[in-house]
Amino acid sequence: MLKMPNLEVHQPDAVKHDTKVSAQDVNVYYGEKHALQNVSVNIPDRSVMAFIGPSGCGKSTFLRCINRMNDTIPIAKVTGKIIIDNQDIYDPSLDVVQLRARVGMVFQKPNPFPKSIYENVAYGPRIHGLSHSKADLDEIVGASLEKAGLWKEVKDRLNDPGTGLSGGQQQRLCIARAIAVNPEVILMDEPCSALDPIATAKIEELIDELRQNYCIIIVTHSMQQAARVSQRTAFFHLGTLVEEGNTTDIFTNPKDQRTQDYITGRFG
Amino acid sequence: MSTSVLLLGLLVAALLAFGLGLSRANALAKKGDAHLHSRAGYYGTYLALWTLLPALIVLGIWSAAEAPIIRGVVSAGLPENVKALTPAEQSLIVGRINSVARGLPRLTPEEFETVRKVRYGFTTPAEAQRVLQERGTVLGSAPEPYVIAAAYEQVELLQRSRTMLTALIAALALGGFAYANWRMSPTLRARNTVEAMVLTGLFLASTVAILTTVGIVFSMLFEAIHFFQSVSPLSFFFGTTWDPRFSAAGSGSNTSGQFGLIPLLWGTLYISIVALLVAVPVGLFSAIYMSEYASRSIRTIAKPLLEILAGIPTIVYGLFALITFGPFLRDMGAHIGFEISATSVLTAGLIMGVMLIPFVSSLSDDIINAVPQSLREGSYGLGATQSETIRRVVLPAALPGIVGAILLAASRAIGETMIVVMAAGIAANLTLNPFEPVTTITVKIVSQLTGDLEFNSPQTLVAFALGLTLFVFTLCLNIYALYIVRKYREQYE
Ligand SMILES: Nc1ncnc2c1ncn2[C@@H]1O[C@H](COP(=O)(O)OP(=O)(O)O)[C@@H](O)[C@H]1O
Ligand SMILES: [Mg+2]
Repeated sequence: MLKMPNLEVHQPDAVKHDTKVSAQDVNVYYGEKHALQNVSVNIPDRSVMAFIGPSGCGKSTFLRCINRMNDTIPIAKVTGKIIIDNQDIYDPSLDVVQLRARVGMVFQKPNPFPKSIYENVAYGPRIHGLSHSKADLDEIVGASLEKAGLWKEVKDRLNDPGTGLSGGQQQRLCIARAIAVNPEVILMDEPCSALDPIATAKIEELIDELRQNYCIIIVTHSMQQAARVSQRTAFFHLGTLVEEGNTTDIFTNPKDQRTQDYITGRFG
Repeated sequence: MSTSVLLLGLLVAALLAFGLGLSRANALAKKGDAHLHSRAGYYGTYLALWTLLPALIVLGIWSAAEAPIIRGVVSAGLPENVKALTPAEQSLIVGRINSVARGLPRLTPEEFETVRKVRYGFTTPAEAQRVLQERGTVLGSAPEPYVIAAAYEQVELLQRSRTMLTALIAALALGGFAYANWRMSPTLRARNTVEAMVLTGLFLASTVAILTTVGIVFSMLFEAIHFFQSVSPLSFFFGTTWDPRFSAAGSGSNTSGQFGLIPLLWGTLYISIVALLVAVPVGLFSAIYMSEYASRSIRTIAKPLLEILAGIPTIVYGLFALITFGPFLRDMGAHIGFEISATSVLTAGLIMGVMLIPFVSSLSDDIINAVPQSLREGSYGLGATQSETIRRVVLPAALPGIVGAILLAASRAIGETMIVVMAAGIAANLTLNPFEPVTTITVKIVSQLTGDLEFNSPQTLVAFALGLTLFVFTLCLNIYALYIVRKYREQYE
């Protein structure tokens, strides 16, 4: 028997949630390059799903399919189905702009707009017309910052530029910004890779809280992180989804040799 | 030896020194009880620079000083009656001396003998003219004996100077080499010395630009002060009438006119504003299209096309305005009942606006491209459309830079001359009507200085006051623009 790495696995609540996002035979091509091959996976609501795998295996590519961010890359071509709440998001009758309001995204490097903290959070609600008055908007901004665990730190300087915050605060501001438009799914692409351990711990704590209300999908390089925050884990390798299941099972009892090699640190 | 031959020689010597230095350094390294301080190449460069630089500096100074000094000595030896002539006549004679001096070395010994006879009065000067002409030196008239004598002296002095220079250069090159060679040791900090020398070279290069600017400013300043001695600054800066009352050149009468800057300043600003009203929206929109919407293939074609506009000499725009666009506007105006003169604020402003479009668009394009892609993705990720993203994220982020670009364009508009000369007219009107001719500071500088002039009347000196005003104006604008652009850059770096 292989020696398993000493990973503390967060035991998920016993409750089984309905599927929120369902991918069926998703393929992605960048020009000639076949970057993602036949990925099918069901992602449950109100839980955290982690995508792990070596660099360049297609984790970000798949994540960006879920809010059709790949549309912004001219050479990218996506085939297959991704269904959110019984609706195929690649159906031409669906407006990608509406989709992205439902599927929020947090990026690898914090990217607050060069505007005030308030304006950063108010940006989405303004665009989607979610507020009818200044008081409404204040309410939304306050609540979003509160949920992102940033309210206490910034409530006295809402008009300062968002770019003046520390890296960890900036990332939480980006999370607040995403929450402000009431998404159902939040995608996070290595949200902690540019942060120090303390800021990382705060974000992980936040993710664990957000799980109560959102379907969260997180790409991470750190297996410890996947183990700490996620209930389910999918392992990608060379553009294919190798194995997917309860985080506990993936880390303690992987079925595929490649998964085992990866989590024991043989490669990647 | 001529300067170019000496230069070539020096370069060869430096190359040799480099090779020697390299091999000596390698030998030192091989013998090596101690490590070399620097890489071998630096020792080579060190030797080469010591061989080259002192000699090069002397060569430069000598070559520059030689000609004026020899000319001085030669003219000092001219007969008294020649020295009594006017400067213009004297410079004619100096020219003849130079021609003869250039012709002398090309003669055969027999021909040379003929010229020598002329010098001492044994033959008529026409003989000298003939032999010189046969060897390709054409003279307007037969050279007088004193001209030939002066030419002889000039040739001799030049030869002596060259011999001395060659000896000196050789000595310096050898001396420099010997000194550097003597200093060669493993502990010599060759890299640091070489780098210091290179640094000095770079520093000197940058001082050239700065010193030139300072020189220009001071020369303008002195002439402008001259001007303000006869016209009070108050009436210059705040006068509303421009009427210099040009007197015929050389008549010397100092009929003072009125030198009010206001109409010119107004004309300048008015035309620039019209130009910016054209260039800023069009340039900005085309930049937005190019950087955000255009596909790669459109971009590769359209961008160079747009930039070709920037390469058209402004005089061509001026011609176009004068011959095609001005009359066209005038006829158009006549059709719809406006009286538009062929040269007008509108003509000049519109054409200048077209000239500035590529300027604004290519600067703005760079600035918009510098807005990080991650900001766009952040905005798309929140469900913003492309146009919302551009309006609410990209443009605000790029705004300071775009403002900087516009200010740079404005300072170009203010300094532009050729278009306004041809398209705006030369009448110094103080008018709000865009269909009337006005004139600008630059046009007046040109027109005050056109013709055969002496710089002693306010009519001509005013050009310097105008130039200085313009310079200060655009300088302030540029500094402000650069300040803004730099502040913007820091935001993302
Ligand atoms: N915009 C793109 N254009 C072309 N190829 C891309 C692009 N983005 C990603 N790829 C390629 O797709 C593969 C998967 O990349 P990615 O999804 O970013 O991997 P991961 O996030 O797992 O490290 C890589 O081989 C990468 O080179
Ligand atoms: Mg990635």
